Amino acid sequence: MSDQESQDRRTFLRTALPAPLLLLAVAGKVDTAGTTETEADKKPAYQATEHNYAMAIDPIKCIGCGRCAEACKVENDVPREPFFFRTWVERYIIQTNGETVVSSPNGGIGGFSSANEPGILRTFFVPKLCNHCANAPCVQVCPVGATFTTQDGVVLVDQDYCLGCRYCIQACPYGARFLNPITHVADKCTFCYHRLVKGLAPACVEVCPTQARIFGEFRVRSSPISRFMRQHVIQVLKAHLNTEPKVYYVNLDGEVR
Amino acid sequence: MRPQVTRLLVVFGAAIASLVVARHYLIPPTFGKLGHYRAAAVDAVAARKVKYAGHEVCALCHEAIAKTHDTHRHRNVACEVCHGAAAGHADAPTEIKPPAPRLRAACPVCHGYDPSRPTGFPQIDPVAHNPLKPCYTCHAPHAPETPRTPEDCSACHAEIARTKAVSHHAALPCTRCHETPQKHKINPSAGLPTKPANREFCGGCHAPGAPGPKEIQRVDMATHNQRYVCWQCHYPHFPELK
Repeated sequence: MSDQESQDRRTFLRTALPAPLLLLAVAGKVDTAGTTETEADKKPAYQATEHNYAMAIDPIKCIGCGRCAEACKVENDVPREPFFFRTWVERYIIQTNGETVVSSPNGGIGGFSSANEPGILRTFFVPKLCNHCANAPCVQVCPVGATFTTQDGVVLVDQDYCLGCRYCIQACPYGARFLNPITHVADKCTFCYHRLVKGLAPACVEVCPTQARIFGEFRVRSSPISRFMRQHVIQVLKAHLNTEPKVYYVNLDGEVR
Repeated sequence: MRPQVTRLLVVFGAAIASLVVARHYLIPPTFGKLGHYRAAAVDAVAARKVKYAGHEVCALCHEAIAKTHDTHRHRNVACEVCHGAAAGHADAPTEIKPPAPRLRAACPVCHGYDPSRPTGFPQIDPVAHNPLKPCYTCHAPHAPETPRTPEDCSACHAEIARTKAVSHHAALPCTRCHETPQKHKINPSAGLPTKPANREFCGGCHAPGAPGPKEIQRVDMATHNQRYVCWQCHYPHFPELK
């Protein structure tokens, strides 16, 4: 290797190496500029890190009136067609012949048709919704990070970033997701996040006439949900999947899946 | 420097530079700030419009109704359960009026009989219960009460009455086994009827020596599963023989 050549390499490296570093620095600057902007937009009143939400459901209290499913559709502009629900009510009929019939006509919004009483062993309603899992399969499978768990423990969908690939819909073991026919992206319960930040309860909780849904701060000892959790035997749906749901059920029949 | 090395370095340099540029333009500004997602998406969801105002908002103007409502049986039923989403009405009280459901179809949404509903929840048969009469003519929705003392137990305990009517106990009045204080009919939870407490109560009719017609099934109270009380095996409103 000649002296001339090594000299050339040194000059080249000196000039060529800093170029990408400069670009990196520029990109970094733009990034910080973007974040400060959103910080200014954020309402100072609501601090996500100070909250941790959970819901408890007492199926024994549910009368199957379907007000929750109706309120959810209104509050969140969920398409009215009978296959798109963020929350819905199921009716379980365990028959004397051992068969279990589960039905949810229009999510329970129009009520349930009367059942053939003599054949019934047990029957009850079970309200269902997104379980806002702490270990959410839908969040894990999203290829672009369009579904995520917020700092306050709510699983949300980024409507502007979702591709509509439907992986999350397949991954959800609770059937809580659907592809919105208007936006063509994944849609699901948000615990009415827009209400939570204003200090309101989710719409389904607000309209439940029998308090079958209990909602509140999970880590605050004096919240309705904490008290409820202390006083009841708690179950979650599909516990074996290790999804760690934050929707807790009490008095749940073994037939409920 | 050898030309191929120079070329290689140029190619690598260009690749790194284009990657940095592409990253800058393709990744949204707030992505990764709070986690593997756009932090701005949280604000977008939070900025949605509220449709259900909440019962506290209603009480701000409808003070008198709220006062009545909060001291009666529907106190835990929020205004918007019956009147629908009313945030629009709260924002523009004169322009948008929430509906008041006056049709007979409205109340059975909750109070129509359904076997899946919890026992004890007030339910009626919407077909048989005062047909064609709108509910509010007898029941004030903000202060619901039974307009008059029910004559029969079946007014509230329809399921039990229907079951008993086709059982061997059809001829027995409810009061044969349940002592019912009068106030139970007006305020059900205040004075609860009694329930039989022991085997001897059933033995009053079913013991071998008990008075009554010989058609009544007799069991030897001393030897017939003496560890159990009768209703652990026989449902008194529809007693199983075997």
